[in-house]
Amino acid sequence: MIGYAMAITKASAGVPAVPAAEAIMAPELSWAGLILLLPLLSLILCGLCAAAKVTSKLPAVITATALAGAFVTSVFLYLNYQPPGDVIPLLDWMNISWGDGQFESFSANFALYIDSLSLLWIMFVTGLGTLITIYASEYMEPDLGKGYSRFFAGVSVFLFAMAALVLSDNLLMLYLGWEGVGFASYWLIGYYYQRPAAVAAAKKAFIVNRIGDLGLALAVYLIWTTFGTVQYDELMTVLEDGDYRAAFEGWTVSAIPFLLMLAAFGKSAQLPLYVWLPDAMEGPTPVSALIHAATMVTAGIYLVARTYPLFLLEPVSLHVVAWVGGLTALLAATIGMAQYDIKRIMAYSTVSQLGYMFLGLGVLTTYGAAYHVFTHAFFKAVLFLTCGAIMHGFAGQLDLRHLSGLRHMRGWRITAWTMFIGCLCLAGFPFTSGYFSKDAILAEAFVTQGPGFEILGWIAIFTAGLTAYYTFRVWFRVCAGPVAYEPGDELHGEDDHGGEFHPHAPRLAINGVLVLIALGALVAAVPYFMSNTADEHLAGGWVADMVHDSTAREGIPGFHGDAHAGHGDAHPTIFGADPHVAMYWISGTVGMIGLLFAAWLHLWRRSQADAIKAWLLHRAWIGWLPRAMERKWYVDEVYHALIRAPLWILGHILYAFDRFIIDGLLVDSVARIPRGVARCLQPLQSGAVQAMAIVMVGGAAIILLLMALFMQFGWFGGQA
Amino acid sequence: MLLAAESMTQASLAHVLLLAGVLFAIGIAGFLARRNLIVMFLCTELMFQAVIVAMVGFGRWYWDFSGQVFVIFILTVAAAEAALALALVVLLHRRRSTLDAESWTELRE
Repeated sequence: MIGYAMAITKASAGVPAVPAAEAIMAPELSWAGLILLLPLLSLILCGLCAAAKVTSKLPAVITATALAGAFVTSVFLYLNYQPPGDVIPLLDWMNISWGDGQFESFSANFALYIDSLSLLWIMFVTGLGTLITIYASEYMEPDLGKGYSRFFAGVSVFLFAMAALVLSDNLLMLYLGWEGVGFASYWLIGYYYQRPAAVAAAKKAFIVNRIGDLGLALAVYLIWTTFGTVQYDELMTVLEDGDYRAAFEGWTVSAIPFLLMLAAFGKSAQLPLYVWLPDAMEGPTPVSALIHAATMVTAGIYLVARTYPLFLLEPVSLHVVAWVGGLTALLAATIGMAQYDIKRIMAYSTVSQLGYMFLGLGVLTTYGAAYHVFTHAFFKAVLFLTCGAIMHGFAGQLDLRHLSGLRHMRGWRITAWTMFIGCLCLAGFPFTSGYFSKDAILAEAFVTQGPGFEILGWIAIFTAGLTAYYTFRVWFRVCAGPVAYEPGDELHGEDDHGGEFHPHAPRLAINGVLVLIALGALVAAVPYFMSNTADEHLAGGWVADMVHDSTAREGIPGFHGDAHAGHGDAHPTIFGADPHVAMYWISGTVGMIGLLFAAWLHLWRRSQADAIKAWLLHRAWIGWLPRAMERKWYVDEVYHALIRAPLWILGHILYAFDRFIIDGLLVDSVARIPRGVARCLQPLQSGAVQAMAIVMVGGAAIILLLMALFMQFGWFGGQA
Repeated sequence: MLLAAESMTQASLAHVLLLAGVLFAIGIAGFLARRNLIVMFLCTELMFQAVIVAMVGFGRWYWDFSGQVFVIFILTVAAAEAALALALVVLLHRRRSTLDAESWTELRE
């Protein structure tokens, strides 16, 4: 890429850092630091609010203002940036050089890398962050004066870390942000720290993520040892010039993408590390919407997209990414079909959609992946937020068997219909945003050649049908049908009207945000039709442009041009048509089938759904399937048996070793020696002065006698 | 003079040390045998004097005045210590109105 040349004195030249003064091309971009600064400021102010025991909605106002400021800044940056972007130095962090060679310097500064990919990400992160904070200002009302400041401080930490992750110009700062979002996620999942389930979920999320973080730490280290830099622009220059080829034969080039993949799979909840995400639903719903659906979990996609050239060096890694993504999508969708907790269904749906995104990355459409991230952020946020509104209004009721007919209830119509919009997008209903973004991935699965990619494509299409089914299962059960509901077990004082339960409908903040994000989910289809400015041969509109201008575009000039061989000459077809065109029809049809199936079972013939399920459960040849789906394929149990139980046993063995061998045999027995000696000599300490004096005199006499004897025999070297 | 000193002190060092040893033995014997606090204290003083005598003797034997200088120091310290010890004895006597050392065995703790 042309722009990487900027300020880069090629890694081999040995000048470590980007010289601060000459780096900035467009002075307007230097406002980028505000995106990090504002959430930090908001964190400090929220901390002060907590210290001052503020009982008003001040923390929410502060956070929303700060995040809105960050959003405005990022839009301003987008309007002022020119491809291929720029590096904005903030302050020096690590800048070490011990020679002039390629591997004799290390620099990782707090500097921001403003290119189209980071701008795309930061715009929806801060935008949705602002809206969800406004939503949370009403949602968290019952905690006013108690955890309110703590909650918004957590949101501020998250936005700060996420901005650092997305905007950093080197992998070390990305790692810092990566750990930061993990910590914020832990903080917010465990928000209700008095509930054991929430504490356990927070721990699980943190520990499972640590496994991925290990991969990222190792990857950063190996990238430095292999390419001599961790800064993106230098890294791309090295890749472009082929300077790395001296090390190309080394195993590290192949290992790096797999380690990065491990990190991405941990953060973005893919097989085999997805188990933390469904449990993370113990956090407050705005957190689920913001962190565990729209933004943080897409950090894995961002990481892979950002380091895409490294993946292209090892094509097998992309095949693995594609297969893991596809299988996760299928597995999570089957689990989601059989759950009853609507928030958990949405969680599995998130895992499933993230699987689609990885599938997109694996089949060489970073554009499709990024576009699906973009649309998914909106429609999944609205789905979670509607679930939250329902949970809030019905005293924690999330079971779709105990909720029905919301769209007929006064005050719930906005919730019901914004949820409907979210469901349409998620199900990939024709001409919604999810339809276009999912099709971009599905079509590419048939276009790109790889091991079994065609099978993978059909798996993904089948999963799209399942997605439509489970999505509308929720909507038809909860929002359609006759009005019927039972309250959950978290009654607030305000719900109790003389023993009779009245759900309290959401008010302005929640409804307003729901409408805005639902509109966003619809409008997210528009970029698909915007004209391409970067490359006229490119399809896919604005998002494709954004991806094309960044490091995430497919292929590096002069190398691995053949990675995209499938595109030009031998374009595969489905049913004799171009997959890009055929997919509109296929996925639309599959989505409609899923939708109609859901409507039949859960709207028109609800009683038959139970009958069918009972029939299935009593047939030995098929009965295991719904049972396994409802029990989440026993993945938690398997992990428990394979990992937790052995570790538990090992821990107890080590405990016993420590307790009895180390403590008992070594430490305690050594301590017992002086105690025993003391116990022997204790009687001498009678307290009678004369008795003690006799002992002393006797002792002195014995010593003198011995000395005299020794001297006599010359043992002291004295005169014999 | 050196020769005279040698010939004279050759015999007297043994005498001096003998005197010191006898004084010390009397002190120890008194300290061990008596129960009266004041007498016990006087016996420790006696042991002190035995050491002083030995120092003077050695100082003369080596023709080195450090021994006699130390004697002055030790006498000063002993005087101060005597004041302290007697004050302690007075206090102890006020508590129990006895001077018997056996009545203070609980101080072993």
